[in-house]
Amino acid sequence: MSISDKPIYDQTMAELSKGLAAGDFSSVELTMALLDRIEEKDGALNAVLTVTRDEALAAAAAADAARASGDAGPLAGLPILHKDIFCTRGVRTSCGSKMLDNFIPPYDATVVERLAAAGAVMLGKTNMDEFAMGSSNETSFYGDVMNPWDLERSPGGSSGGSSASVAARFAPVATGTDTGGSIRQPAALTGTVGIKPTYGRVSRYGMIAFASSLDQAGVIARSVEDAALVLGAMAGFDERDSTSIDQPVPDYVAELDTPLDGVRVGIVRQHFDAGLDAGTGDQVRAALKTLEDRGATLVDVDLPNLDQSVPTYYVVAPAECSSNLSRFDGIRFGYRAENPEDLLDLYCRTRGEGFGAEVKRRILTGTYVLSAGYYDAYYLKAQQVRQLIADDFRKVFADVDVIAGPTAPTPAFKLGEKTDDPVTMYLNDIYTIGANLAGLPAMSVPCGFAEDLPVGLHLVAPHFAEGALMAVGHQYQLETDWHTRCSEDYR
Amino acid sequence: MSRWEVVIGLEIHAQLATQSKIFSGASTAYGAEPNTQACLVDLGYPGVLPVLNEEVVRMACKFGLAIGAEITPRSVFARKNYFYPDLPKGYQISQYELPIVANGELTIDSDDGERKRIGVTRAHLEEDAGKSVHEGFDQMSGIDLNRAGTPLLEIVSEPDLRSAKDAVAYMRKIHTLVRYLGICDGNMQEGSFRCDANVSVRPQGQDEFGTRAEIKNLNSFRFVERAINFEVERQVDLLEDGGEVVQETRLYDSARDETRSMRSKEEANDYRYFPDPDLLPVEIAEDYIEAVRQTLPELPDAKQARLQESLGVKAEDAAILTIQRELADFFEAAAEASSAPAQTVANWVLGELSGALNRDGLDISGSRVSAEALALLVDRIHDNTISGKIAKDVFEAMWAGEGSADEIIEARGLKQITDTGAIEAIVDKVIAANPGQADEYRAGKEKLIGFFVGQVMKETGGKANPGQVNQLLKKKLSG
Repeated sequence: MSISDKPIYDQTMAELSKGLAAGDFSSVELTMALLDRIEEKDGALNAVLTVTRDEALAAAAAADAARASGDAGPLAGLPILHKDIFCTRGVRTSCGSKMLDNFIPPYDATVVERLAAAGAVMLGKTNMDEFAMGSSNETSFYGDVMNPWDLERSPGGSSGGSSASVAARFAPVATGTDTGGSIRQPAALTGTVGIKPTYGRVSRYGMIAFASSLDQAGVIARSVEDAALVLGAMAGFDERDSTSIDQPVPDYVAELDTPLDGVRVGIVRQHFDAGLDAGTGDQVRAALKTLEDRGATLVDVDLPNLDQSVPTYYVVAPAECSSNLSRFDGIRFGYRAENPEDLLDLYCRTRGEGFGAEVKRRILTGTYVLSAGYYDAYYLKAQQVRQLIADDFRKVFADVDVIAGPTAPTPAFKLGEKTDDPVTMYLNDIYTIGANLAGLPAMSVPCGFAEDLPVGLHLVAPHFAEGALMAVGHQYQLETDWHTRCSEDYR
Repeated sequence: MSRWEVVIGLEIHAQLATQSKIFSGASTAYGAEPNTQACLVDLGYPGVLPVLNEEVVRMACKFGLAIGAEITPRSVFARKNYFYPDLPKGYQISQYELPIVANGELTIDSDDGERKRIGVTRAHLEEDAGKSVHEGFDQMSGIDLNRAGTPLLEIVSEPDLRSAKDAVAYMRKIHTLVRYLGICDGNMQEGSFRCDANVSVRPQGQDEFGTRAEIKNLNSFRFVERAINFEVERQVDLLEDGGEVVQETRLYDSARDETRSMRSKEEANDYRYFPDPDLLPVEIAEDYIEAVRQTLPELPDAKQARLQESLGVKAEDAAILTIQRELADFFEAAAEASSAPAQTVANWVLGELSGALNRDGLDISGSRVSAEALALLVDRIHDNTISGKIAKDVFEAMWAGEGSADEIIEARGLKQITDTGAIEAIVDKVIAANPGQADEYRAGKEKLIGFFVGQVMKETGGKANPGQVNQLLKKKLSG
């Protein structure tokens, strides 16, 4: 199938880049087409919170001009959506919360700045769970996001607006953030690719913090190749983020050609136990077989402390969030309660009215685990267990190049199905949380369908091995076409 | 002696003299329009992150080395969580379990005349909060965040101080030290140097400490002394009346000279300290510490000892000269340039020069007479060109910008008459003009010598050498 046979919205960034270079269409035409598509189709999905039409068309025109004068950046004229957690100068950045419904940042996040510098055209900002706290995109102040594969189901969360947008062909790529699986789980539930790089690989500057030691920006795309292209432009040291790491960014796209011959793939047996949906398990096992057929070696590995990852995460992440979200006090920016009687009333009502239930639950949990008398039993203990989990991974990576398994225990679940039971919701991240606790790069790649819903293959690699990680995903995509599938309604 | 022993520990906050803030690039200059020196990081905007100013680490190391403390190889920034409108992030970045400086000490000259060792438990880095302004906003409060993020070194003493005077001596010592090191301007009016005092009393001989009260935000040496004395008296009265001291935070009201309860222990915040995940631990290598050690200036105690021992300056004078490094430097430069004894130079620095500085409200750095110029003046006394009395006039003329000592002596014709013949002639003239007084002197009223000296000096316009005149008069009158 030649590139030009595909509708413009269905093309990957790599394909669009060729089309732009060949002069098949201009960036303005491309941008216009996607903006119109979002306008026409997002009513049913609620995936995009803000469409930046004027800014996008201006950026596209600038990209076309740059291309004409021969100094186009690597992503010149290519469309992208940003999760509404990244600060965008002059464009409302809500973080999915009533608290920031009126917040217009005076600056760009490093991720936004770098992608703009590479020539990418921002089409708008995507919906998300409030302050990235959620696994279903149901905690957003702006309402649920629907999964393009089944409008009654969740697109995952917290980057649900981004995953739904990419699956619905609103943009080839959207940015996301991942604190416990918030890029990978939505990617799995929508049949898209999602990568969370190594902690420190991408600057957190300008990304509204949820849990600082776990948060990491990444990409949701349809092909691993696109993910590699965009991650390469986002990654790298930033002196404004002390936790970003000063290491050169390799050419991820060039590394994609690394064949699977001799690649050792670790399989964690616990990942396939009773908690895993049978149909999902079948698809993941088939994907592992595909890797093996292309030359990889499958090796059984053990992560003995894996069971502790969800409880550990739900101590560490709320603790950090309880402190990170203290700045939303109604004093300097964001929502402020009306007619406060005094300072305490201002604080209590601003935060009581401005935050949703899940955010409050986590602030309360976090405040509790950091309190005098509980700190040692909860926070300190959780940090110790976190170290054990990181050690488990380190030991396993002495023997294997990547670890593979399911991304989520089930395909997309129905909206409303898990909202009454937070623990069941939290367990959706059981396979993904470990990579955050250990700071490892990880991705989800579409690997089939269970009951007509997409299933994701989860891959985890050692620190800074994004290139090798994406090579495995890309080699798998050369053999399969799951990632090119699109829901009938969004063809 | 009172039956109560006083126990005091001080927490001193020294603002570090950096150009920019501890975690942002905003300026730390004092006195700007409200909220003009607060960037997005200082305002705690969503998404921003702190980046440590390396200069504060160097300054903290300097301080640690100067008090013989351990420099912690891996110190950690922690968040101290509480809500207040002038605390933009809802937490203050400080150091908690692992401070950058630990276990130092210094000595003070105690109230009771002894030298005392005072332990410094720790010194840690933290950011200052902003300022709430409660006046002029009609039912509201104003917030000025210029100060938010200003670097502070909090220096915590052991409870080793036993009187208000000792506490002040300790605070002065630290004040001198941080200015010597160039890490704090010591300006107490602007709040660059302030302290909290933990005060308790216990019966003499008891090992356990009494319950303490913490007095917040004392920003002058005088207030420290008065607040502690008030607090000690309050606690002793309470205990002697059979009452109990409650652990609480108190505020010193300087207008009424009393401390008042601010909040009790029950009302105290649980700060929920935990390591700040936005900042890496501060790792300090041995060679870095050595490099900082090389930059340490001569410290006040060593300088004072040297002035006494090598230069022969009196102990009290050496102590005063070394309170301020710039003053000591001025003195040393003058002593170096002068051929007179160092003590004579010290007398001039602490006498005329300090008087003139005080009168004009100037710092030593603003002195209108340079060290070299002062040395020349002292030399002119020493080589008998002018008398000490005339020198005072010359000094005033120098201060007024009339030129060097030599130029002024020359222009005003102040050169001392050393020609014995010329003085003898005047002495003879004066004796001849006052025969009555001369007889009285000879009859034993030796006090009259002063009268004759005065007359001779008057005749010479003060230019005769008083010693020489004295000698000649005695010879002639008894001759």
